[in-house]
Amino acid sequence: MELSVKGIVRRFGQVVALGGVDLDVAEGEFLTILGPSGSGKTTLLKTVAGFEIPDEGRVLLGGEDVTLAPPRRRDVGMVFQNYALFPHMSVAQNVAFPLEMRRRPREEIARRVAEALRLVELEGYGERLPRQLSGGQQQRVALARAIVFGPRLLLLDEPFGALDRKLREALQLEVRRLQRRLRLTTLFITHDQEEALIMSDRIAVMDKGRIEQVGPPGDLYARPATRFVADFLGESNLLDGAARNRSASIPGFGAVPLPAGQPDGPVTLLLRPEALRVAADAAAMPCRGQGRVVETVFLGQSAKLRLALDGGGEVLARLSLRPSDPPPAREGETVAIGFAPEDLHVVPRG
Amino acid sequence: MRRRRGVSQILLGLFAGLVFVFLLLPLAVVFPISLSSAAYLQFPPPGFSWQWYQRYLDDPSWIDATIRSVKVASLCTVLAMGLGVPLTFFLVRSRLPGVRVLDRLAAAPIIVPTIIISIALYGVFARLQLIGEWYGVAVAHTVLALPFVVILVSAGLRGFDEAQEQAAAGLGAGWPAIIWRVTLPQLRPSLVSAAFLSFISSFDELVLAMFLSGASMTLPKKMFDNIMMEIDPTIAAVSVLQILLVGVALGLTSLFGRGALTTTMTR
Repeated sequence: MELSVKGIVRRFGQVVALGGVDLDVAEGEFLTILGPSGSGKTTLLKTVAGFEIPDEGRVLLGGEDVTLAPPRRRDVGMVFQNYALFPHMSVAQNVAFPLEMRRRPREEIARRVAEALRLVELEGYGERLPRQLSGGQQQRVALARAIVFGPRLLLLDEPFGALDRKLREALQLEVRRLQRRLRLTTLFITHDQEEALIMSDRIAVMDKGRIEQVGPPGDLYARPATRFVADFLGESNLLDGAARNRSASIPGFGAVPLPAGQPDGPVTLLLRPEALRVAADAAAMPCRGQGRVVETVFLGQSAKLRLALDGGGEVLARLSLRPSDPPPAREGETVAIGFAPEDLHVVPRG
Repeated sequence: MRRRRGVSQILLGLFAGLVFVFLLLPLAVVFPISLSSAAYLQFPPPGFSWQWYQRYLDDPSWIDATIRSVKVASLCTVLAMGLGVPLTFFLVRSRLPGVRVLDRLAAAPIIVPTIIISIALYGVFARLQLIGEWYGVAVAHTVLALPFVVILVSAGLRGFDEAQEQAAAGLGAGWPAIIWRVTLPQLRPSLVSAAFLSFISSFDELVLAMFLSGASMTLPKKMFDNIMMEIDPTIAAVSVLQILLVGVALGLTSLFGRGALTTTMTR
């Protein structure tokens, strides 16, 4: 493991910011820590970078214990939320800074700065000052500065937060390509679940100072281990029911079959909005119910429907649309709703 | 709307002009008198002559006092910056309880009447046999200059983004490199302003110098004595030279500290 975090606890007075965090990041892996603000993800990042000393636990980099090492001894490249470029230095001087601190020879510095600027497609911008660049360009300078010295680990702290959507999406893919090409071990922090799904090899979802679940994006989306993960990652319908003899009764849908080995008792079932079919499409589905359309939202390639179930409660359905399709349903209309039981996921810790 | 704005612009311009007249009027008197042909202070001067400048340059006691004042002000600046800048970092950055109170106390020398400070320092300096030594005066002036340094540099430091220091540390810099390469360069306008005001506050200071400089006079003390003994336009000539020196210092300030004396004060 390139980075190992073992049993990290950090308290601020009465508040437990990190309540025993374990995490491993393999060499060349892109791991995202996803969580709402206040979940402890920034504290964890600072602990890895060396700006925070944990109360308990250890941080290992390449097998070496760096828990108490100052930031400059860790060889970790970090991109800050607001980039933290040095405004009085040119772009080239900014990128050269970590190499100068490592007392590299002058020719080597010039060569590696040019190389890093080429990697982030900012050749010819070396003499400019940061304030003469756009937000996206500043972001790339910060990235160049963080990777120019060949760090063991790259830390990205919500680096796309300040950018507009188009630019953000372009940079996300660019960073991902660069990370793959250079095989950079990367720890990425975000509260944006979509960003996490796009970029990560694995995602660690954090809440209240603990890691709820770690896994590849597809696994987390299809098989969340906790109610929090199911709710935070993507859109979800969480249905509470009672299991008996491998079937659960859900208000509005009646009895639905459950996978083998499901014990009796209360269960929470996850049904993603795209698993639902409405109106004529619902007829072929094994599990069916009825609901009134409360709200429809047209999204271009799809439409979102909020439906009030006959048995009480609401579900969200997402229907993909072709350009020639008529509107799926009108508000106020009562429609059939259906889904296939294999699209149901039992949330283990509901 | 356009016309109304035009009128208010003109009124504001007039107001600013009046303030400038008020500020510069003394100069308009001092300059002509320094070039007077008369042997006493008379305005307007009856004729033109360089004689008072000549007298200043020919009199070693004037030149000595000038050199001494430059030395005193220079040492005062070095001491005030050397003590004041680290002190300001402590006052702004420390999380110790009571630092807020200390922060206010740093302005004490501005609040306490200079004459009280002078009397107190006289007692101490007499015991240490520092009376009449130029560096004694410089140390005393440092007390007066420190508040300027603390106020200006703390304004600059509070406006500084500390994330940059974290970034520098993360990129491999130890704290000396962080301070020298990242923090201080960005405080340059504040630092240059603070150094300038320290220098001027000392160069122009009379009260402490009267108590402490003894027979080895600073320029303001020499000017004061000159007025007491013999009132002649030499003093006007000295004033003009002093104004020119301060003007040069001001020019250097704006050359080396882009935005100094404006940005830090408006911040």
